[in-house]
Amino acid sequence: MEIKVLGPGCPKCKQAEQVVREAVAESGAAATVEKVTDVMAMAKLGVFSTPAVVVDGKVKCAGKVPKKEEVKGWLGK
Amino acid sequence: MKAQASQNTVEDGRNQNAHDDRESVRKGAWPPAARLSAGLLLPAAWWLLYTNLLPLSLFLTGALSGVAGFDPEGHFGKSLGFFIFETPKILLLLVLVVFGVGIVRSFFTPERTRAVLAGKSESAGNVLAALLGTVTPFCSCSAVPLFLGFVTTGVPLGVTFSFLISAPMVNEVAVVLLFGLFGWKVAAIYAGTGLCIAIAAGWVIGRLKMEKHLEDWVLELPPGGPDSGEERMGWAERVRYGQDAVRDIVGKVWPYVALGIAVGAGIHGYVPENFMASFMGKSAWWSVPLAVLIGVPMYSNAAGIIPIVQALLGKGAALGTVLAFMMAVIALSLPEMIILRKVLKPRLIGVFAGVVATGILIVGYTFNLLF
Repeated sequence: MEIKVLGPGCPKCKQAEQVVREAVAESGAAATVEKVTDVMAMAKLGVFSTPAVVVDGKVKCAGKVPKKEEVKGWLGK
Repeated sequence: MKAQASQNTVEDGRNQNAHDDRESVRKGAWPPAARLSAGLLLPAAWWLLYTNLLPLSLFLTGALSGVAGFDPEGHFGKSLGFFIFETPKILLLLVLVVFGVGIVRSFFTPERTRAVLAGKSESAGNVLAALLGTVTPFCSCSAVPLFLGFVTTGVPLGVTFSFLISAPMVNEVAVVLLFGLFGWKVAAIYAGTGLCIAIAAGWVIGRLKMEKHLEDWVLELPPGGPDSGEERMGWAERVRYGQDAVRDIVGKVWPYVALGIAVGAGIHGYVPENFMASFMGKSAWWSVPLAVLIGVPMYSNAAGIIPIVQALLGKGAALGTVLAFMMAVIALSLPEMIILRKVLKPRLIGVFAGVVATGILIVGYTFNLLF
């Protein structure tokens, strides 16, 4: 599974990345987490508000920090 | 044996309950009674503290002067008294307003705002965009993605700029500080003229037909993404949204507020009267443009700059000059323009900065003439 956390680098974006990493670690899912900071890359993924989380190319949430339980749900755990 | 087994079950049941309670406390879902009493007690405590701040601060300054042995009416005593009174006052106001604005914001999302603006014609769209800019929640560094989202869903460029100008300029922290330190008139003037600049500047940028000065890759983007599945919020959630806003915003700005008021307090106590009149007074025509020029490269938090500016005003600086300086610091910042450079060609950035700066100059001169 390929997870992308999108955000230019504000506190909320960092928080989102941390939540995602913790959720992945806790659920033990086989997933890679990547931080995307480039605005052009974000726009091409169709994301216009940050922080956002994209799982396998699908936008799961945008404009807010997801809750850990939500992330686990996307991981299928 | 049997008795013990049932005992165990009871024990388990109790543990289960305790566990449930802990679970619900952790999730912030208080029992209704606790929620009700918190809802009544907190505002009462707030009001009591707020209305008694002056005697409290006088008492504290007096007590400190007795212990440390300084004159409460002297330079230091006056500065300290100002600091002890103003800091908690501003922080109390901030908590209240940021919480309220947080609840209002929970009704808006960038996606919803975008959808509202997408169908609007220019003039009405500019007004609406400037107003929505003040209540739509978005994290400061989201400005560029948000900009792209607006432009690609067919929000006119000028309308998008109205939104982008009003969002940072007319923000609750600046308005609360102005209200607390200058009174409601100045706060209202600031918010009103800020909105006018956002509306007018966006309208002008729209008239200039600058679309071709967007970076080329922006124009090639597919039309804006779909709504990210919007969730309905209950009131408990909205209250939590407000609490989060308080934690986020007040938690971030309080050191700047305290520092700004401390510097302001120093100016109050030590800088001679009319010290500022010679170079930030009304009679110096060049003071308004100078204030804007100094303000642009400063990327200071409004929270820190306003108390200092208030102290300067007391020393003879003119209101229009001070307003212009504040608007320039908040609305036009160098770092923001560097980020915008990714999506805008230099000419459009120049026009954006020029139009907004002109608006600020007009406001500055107008107020120097009127007051």
